[in-house]
Amino acid sequence: MEQNSFLPILIMLVIAILFAVFTVVFSSLLGKKTFEKGKLKAYECGIEPVGEPHVRFDIKFYLIAIFFLLFDIEALFLFPWAVVFSSLGLYGFVEMFLFIAILVFGLIYIWKKGALKWD
Amino acid sequence: MIFWLITTLIKILIVFGVLLLSAAYLTLLERKVAARIQNRLGPMEAGFHGYLQPIADGIKLFFKEDIIPADANKLLFILAPIIVVIPVLTTFAVIPFGAPIKIFGHIVPLQITNVNIGILFVLALSSLGIYGVVIGGWASNSKYSLLGAIRTAAQMISYELSLVLSIIGVIMIAGNLSLAQIVSSQAHMWFIVYQPIGFLIYLIASTAEMNRVPFDLGEAEGEIVAGFHTEYSSMKFAFYFIGEYGQIVINSAIITTLFLGGWEGPFLPSVLWFVIKVFLVILIYLWFRWTYPRLRYDELMDLGWKILLPLSLANIVVTGFIMILLGK
Repeated sequence: MEQNSFLPILIMLVIAILFAVFTVVFSSLLGKKTFEKGKLKAYECGIEPVGEPHVRFDIKFYLIAIFFLLFDIEALFLFPWAVVFSSLGLYGFVEMFLFIAILVFGLIYIWKKGALKWD
Repeated sequence: MIFWLITTLIKILIVFGVLLLSAAYLTLLERKVAARIQNRLGPMEAGFHGYLQPIADGIKLFFKEDIIPADANKLLFILAPIIVVIPVLTTFAVIPFGAPIKIFGHIVPLQITNVNIGILFVLALSSLGIYGVVIGGWASNSKYSLLGAIRTAAQMISYELSLVLSIIGVIMIAGNLSLAQIVSSQAHMWFIVYQPIGFLIYLIASTAEMNRVPFDLGEAEGEIVAGFHTEYSSMKFAFYFIGEYGQIVINSAIITTLFLGGWEGPFLPSVLWFVIKVFLVILIYLWFRWTYPRLRYDELMDLGWKILLPLSLANIVVTGFIMILLGK
């Protein structure tokens, strides 16, 4: 019924977008303006910026992103199961225990492989 | 239908105003709490005991010069703070903040809308904030911003796992994803009693997800200036703060709803109970910040992946086991 509709969320989203855009636009119009070249440079503790701004970063961050993707999808599988858990009984519990055991096995594997080590 | 639309609009405007105002006043509360912990007085000049300080700060930031670095990707640079603030302002749509009341013979629930996937909606929106951080850090075209953004992104996704898994226990007991249903199933006993480990994991993981001390590696002042918002100024800078403090309010409201019985409580009006509980959880977050030193990055990742993640998985299994034993 009306109570469960997504319409209020849409209204709220529109209000939030309007608020955010208007505030940013008006603040940049009303704010004071100075034109100075040095001010527009990237901040680097007062010295001239050295080298490329897009520095290289560790491959570890990429690995973390992949692990997140795997584990998060697996975590999402738990939601529908959790909702109907009390009607599934022992069978549902054993099934999900095996599923979580596989998850934990994967975690132990990447752990032992040293993928979670930072140095 | 018309009545429903009008009440919904009124509720939306009230929630919107209260959320923005409390995000602003949380900056004052944080400074006051910090001051008390460090045996100082905090802001005292603007108004009585500094109560007008957030208003003054807001006006100041609004009229400040808006600097967009010459090397920045302009569109994304402007878009990023907006992306941070929009999900924060929208999340409150599904959180129930009081018992249903009667107006002109109609029953009006004190919740903007009770969608049946409430908690999933909250999780989905709260993880959108990370886009604002990453886009902002990348578009600034500055070393510190990029480093801060990458660190924050890795940290947020690591803790998101434990955050999501710590809620599963609550859903198993409540058997529902709707937040109103979760509150009403706590009428007899708060879920913190059944899920103490889940509560602790949620508290820690949400602190890390909001980049607050002791997990504020993304904006560690001593190392990378201010992290992903180094290059931001004026209202765009303020938006990152509205985002952060709004997120504190929302996370406290979610903890209240999931673990502390929501608006349920004796004697006092239900809305007041909700506000009291949210306020106490907010105080815990602030207390964290002024008590613990910042973690090292490897410690941070170890805590997320090697302690919280296995613990939250174990919590699910133990919860399931006990529920089977009790035959529920």
